[in-house]
Amino acid sequence: MSGTIAVSPSNVKPAAAPLAANRALSGPRVSGRVVVMTLYLLFLMLPIYWLVNMSLKTNMEITSGLTLWPREITFDNYVKIFTDPSWYSGYINSLTYVVINTVLSIAFALPAAYAFSRYQFLGDKHLFFWLLTNRMAPPAVFALPFFNLYSAIGLFDTPWAVALAHCLFNVPLAVWILEGFMSGVPREIDETAAIDGYSFPRFFVKIFMPLIASGVGVAAFFCFMFSWVELLLARTLTSVTAKPIAATMTRTVSASGMDWGLLAAAGVLTILPGALVIWFVRNYIAKGFALGRV
Amino acid sequence: MTKTVNNRAWFFVLPVFAIVAFSAVLPLMTVVNYSVQDTFGNNQFFWNGIAWFQELLDPSSQLGEQFLSSLMRTLLFSFIILLIEVPLGIAVALAMPREGWTVALCLVLMALPLLIPWNVVGTIWQVFARGDIGLLGWIVNHLGIDYNYTGDPIDAWITIIVMDVWHWTSLVALLCYAGLKSIPDAYYQAARIDGASRWAVFRTIQLPKMRRVLLIAVLLRFMDSFMIYTEPFVLTGGGPGNATTFLSIDLVKLALGQFDLGKAAAMSLVYNLIILAICWVFYTVMTNVDAQRDRVEA
Repeated sequence: MSGTIAVSPSNVKPAAAPLAANRALSGPRVSGRVVVMTLYLLFLMLPIYWLVNMSLKTNMEITSGLTLWPREITFDNYVKIFTDPSWYSGYINSLTYVVINTVLSIAFALPAAYAFSRYQFLGDKHLFFWLLTNRMAPPAVFALPFFNLYSAIGLFDTPWAVALAHCLFNVPLAVWILEGFMSGVPREIDETAAIDGYSFPRFFVKIFMPLIASGVGVAAFFCFMFSWVELLLARTLTSVTAKPIAATMTRTVSASGMDWGLLAAAGVLTILPGALVIWFVRNYIAKGFALGRV
Repeated sequence: MTKTVNNRAWFFVLPVFAIVAFSAVLPLMTVVNYSVQDTFGNNQFFWNGIAWFQELLDPSSQLGEQFLSSLMRTLLFSFIILLIEVPLGIAVALAMPREGWTVALCLVLMALPLLIPWNVVGTIWQVFARGDIGLLGWIVNHLGIDYNYTGDPIDAWITIIVMDVWHWTSLVALLCYAGLKSIPDAYYQAARIDGASRWAVFRTIQLPKMRRVLLIAVLLRFMDSFMIYTEPFVLTGGGPGNATTFLSIDLVKLALGQFDLGKAAAMSLVYNLIILAICWVFYTVMTNVDAQRDRVEA
């Protein structure tokens, strides 16, 4: 927030007030706004800097004392992760179920979001609310029943189990976001296309999809994000072959004492996919976080 | 814009309905099933009626007391989180640069914590706040403040709250920023002509425009903090003692740790009902705000 707060009513000082307001709106030269932003970003980056810093140190250096920069930069921790199958397979497993989940969620959500944004039908509001409640249901409630369910149908310890389980909260979210973006497209476009003789599937793919491409991107981003960061269900539904990287981290560390450097390196590598994905959607992030409805 | 009434739209919704029903209704029925039964292992179940619910909701029993105290802890946590993150998020959103390459940079950096797996968030802060090898813990200890999040309940709470603020404030900020971006320049020009103060601009232009996204932010932040599990589990494991044992941690301990299915199921249902009730209130308020806005714009 800007530091200047002009409290003069306009009728008292007609000349000075617009100037003050102008300055408040565009920000003074070294404004409070820059200070707030810098401090906030510093607060966000410090723990991440510390993680990266630790990942480049040997365990000897980590435990022997505090150093703000590694005395000898070592990449041993990263080399270990990339050469040990029990480590890098964790990343592959995680990415596998995240991608399956994202594709499934979007594919299921597209037609539903279209229906919600365009039509009124029996029980539509109740259905929409019911979908939302699933986004709000605590995963802890579902951990045990999911374990039983997916064991019963033979999907336990496969990426499909996790991908399907994550649909619980990602499909409603995708419907919510896509519905927001679709409602922003005027309905006249649908009608014009129908008059021009487009069949519905052709209209949907050729005309409608390009119009909401950014919405699809944003929805995919969110599905990716929430599937990537979730651990409780992912850990409950896997044991050996489909174990996600996050679970690999906790188990290996508790077994071999505390290998801080390795733990930090694994942590840094879990941040990277997220950072990469953000970069692609950076221009739509703000709108996307508002679920397409600003 | 009125929508056409068309019940064939159900065909479009059917796939979503099927998949969500498969992963929500089916498991939920299992939970209901467990909640009224008792087991002595070997897959032998006995009808138990509403005994688990009675025990759960009776604060004088051991289970009831445990449930009530974790519920209170969770509510307190959500309350503190909202109290800090919402104003801070608004402040950060107002501090966003207006244009130039710094906008993209700020957005990317701000979104970064949101995409870190939750257990890694726990790990980051576990390391960062340690007195011996963590920057934060080391600095605080060298300032002469006795700080140890694994031993002291207050320190554990502060650490978890700071961690959550670090993790999620950006979500509020990004939502508010999206709301601010949607304000046409003409509004500001009008305010300038009227000689409105910075505060007046905020009160009468920016805040009303942010109301809708703020509602979403509060809704999301409340729900997610109410079901927080992974981060405090990694950071403190619910300790010291039971100081940071939130509802989810309690539930998972009961269900997957002790395999106390009946109690865990009853607890799940009550937990879910609380969330559902609060969610419904939020949703009603939100749709009313929408309806109001549509009326104004029409």
